[in-house]
Amino acid sequence: MKIQRKIVALAFAGYLGSTIASALAQEHDAPTPPRLRWSFSGPFGTYDQGQLQRGFKIYKEVCASCHSIQMLAFRNLADPGGPGFSEAQAAAVAADYKIKDLDEKGEPTERPGRLADTFPPPFANELAAKAANGGVAPPDMSTLAKARTFERGFPWFVFDTVTQYQEQGPDYIAALLNGYEEPPKGFQLPQGGHYNKYFPGHNIAMPPPLQAGQVTYDDGAPQTLDQYSKDIAAFLMWAAEPHMVQRKRVGLQVMIFLIVLAGLMYFTKKKVWHEVEKPREIGRGQDPRKTTV
Amino acid sequence: MSGHSTYKPQSKVLQWIERRLPIGGLIHSSFVVYPVPRNLNYLWTFGGILAFMLGVQIITGIVLAMHYIPHVDFAFRSVEGIMRDVNYGWLLRYLHANGASMFFLAVYVHMFRGIYYGSYKEPREVLWILGVIIYLLMMATGFMGYVLVWGQMSFWAATVITNLFSAIPGVGDAIVTWLWGGYAVGNPTLNRFYSLHYLLPFVIAGVVVLHIWALHVVGQNNPTGIEPKSEKDTVAFTPYATVKDGFFMAAFVILYAWFVFYIPNFLGHADNYIPANPAVTPTHIVPEWYYLPFYAILRAIPDKLMGVIALGASIVILAFLPWLDTSKVRSARYRPLFRQFFWLFVIVCVGLGWLGSKPPEGIYVILARIFTIYYFAFFLVILPLLGIFEKTKPLPNSISESVLGAKA
Repeated sequence: MKIQRKIVALAFAGYLGSTIASALAQEHDAPTPPRLRWSFSGPFGTYDQGQLQRGFKIYKEVCASCHSIQMLAFRNLADPGGPGFSEAQAAAVAADYKIKDLDEKGEPTERPGRLADTFPPPFANELAAKAANGGVAPPDMSTLAKARTFERGFPWFVFDTVTQYQEQGPDYIAALLNGYEEPPKGFQLPQGGHYNKYFPGHNIAMPPPLQAGQVTYDDGAPQTLDQYSKDIAAFLMWAAEPHMVQRKRVGLQVMIFLIVLAGLMYFTKKKVWHEVEKPREIGRGQDPRKTTV
Repeated sequence: MSGHSTYKPQSKVLQWIERRLPIGGLIHSSFVVYPVPRNLNYLWTFGGILAFMLGVQIITGIVLAMHYIPHVDFAFRSVEGIMRDVNYGWLLRYLHANGASMFFLAVYVHMFRGIYYGSYKEPREVLWILGVIIYLLMMATGFMGYVLVWGQMSFWAATVITNLFSAIPGVGDAIVTWLWGGYAVGNPTLNRFYSLHYLLPFVIAGVVVLHIWALHVVGQNNPTGIEPKSEKDTVAFTPYATVKDGFFMAAFVILYAWFVFYIPNFLGHADNYIPANPAVTPTHIVPEWYYLPFYAILRAIPDKLMGVIALGASIVILAFLPWLDTSKVRSARYRPLFRQFFWLFVIVCVGLGWLGSKPPEGIYVILARIFTIYYFAFFLVILPLLGIFEKTKPLPNSISESVLGAKA
């Protein structure tokens, strides 16, 4: 009887499992972006300065012609935990940009950028951005690395809380830049669209932005698409989360403090409750205060 | 608050104050000599944890409000300004955003504990109902706080949730327009949500005072579900409960800090880092994790009005729990059948949460319907009938007997 019931229960569980699995399989038509190694992953992760500088070069020379990054200021380039430019270098970068301002008479004018300025957008406004890009405004890149992800699904999202895997954004961006290919037979690509296997729906307006050799690296890093896509993804992660290094450093200090605190509290609790939690001794009529912890 | 305080302060100054305002005596009788059952387990530390979380949310929230701009053109930018340019602004914001999740996690443990040990039964009905009111206020506060970020998910969650009221026949649309302060979610909506998001935590704090007051009148329930009968059954709040609460609170804060410092965006949604755009609808509009079970119930029902009614009923039904559960025995320890149905109920609630995050199609809808039926059946059928048919185990004579064995 009991065995029979167990078999029925198992069969039902198996049925549920298989239907859920098939439902899950249908949901993912895009392949999962491969998981890359990032210097900034894990509890001790920090940004790789060289990588951020290379990524910034790609942004400046390629992405910036269409994508704004309006929440990033030139001074951020010299902030601790970032790409590690000196203040003079950051000021030199800023001076290369023209910033719209008003002169003393209130007339519109342009002046060289300063450290306090944010990166000026490539288009005057969203409508101009749309008009120049086939009706779709290229997204601002300030928070892009945190605004893009892919579904992890059960049970992986549970494990992610322990492994601290939270680099889905840069993984996706790097995969996307490598994901351009010929559309499979029978795929109707709309006019002006490009096929990308990682993009949801596969029809992306952005043409392949990076080719091998396009950006010159001064530090000897390989000038391949693979390296480019990793470097720009890392740069965008920093732009979206510029205080991550500080966060993880403070986190370690807080963790050590809390673990010591909780440990001390535990032993204090044990000592205080000693008398109450000696039921056997009390039952035997002994004085619990005279027994050891 | 049980009887007269025998508190006599040592210092002259405190004695002078005590004769005019006996606040020392109130604190002494409520948090020092107040008797708590000696057999409370760690699940009983979550009340203290919740009070702590409310404090954290209010303090971080007040500082965040100093830097936040409740305007559709600046809200998202000002949040990013907090993240980038305010000293330790990232810490404040991540503490506040993850604090909401930890607050709800703690409240769910607290509520399931109350159900498992029958803490809502006579004479604790009012205590329980005050708790349900706090929970409702928390849901409203959390929802409006999420909207303030003014990302894509903020905007569309606000649109979906406020639109629920349009299901009300006749006056629905007028109510929605009134809620919005316009003909779509816009600046007036954001402004009033900000105002209410600042107000409601203090309302919660007020109801928490009533909740604690009611608790100190009827006393705490305990894992046996039988009332303390003698002094042997209780210990003094301080040091016993304070040190135990303190230890577990420290352990809970480790979990909290893990999220804040290492995976601060895990419980959020990537789409909310895209500024709100009324012209683009996200593929899946999903609320924060702590609302997902109710969202699943809403979508499990094909009719909009019935779905909204089910959603409301699934929360309001909690207030009637003291009368729906007909069993005279409080604790699940002595209710073998109830225990099984309880754990099934927990699984169903978690399952509904998972289904709430899935698109409403295929197998997910079918599962959500089965789980919704169980959710309501648990309250409306199982609990009333169990009280009649269940054979409960014999109760111990006293708390100390259950702890020490029959010999004592």
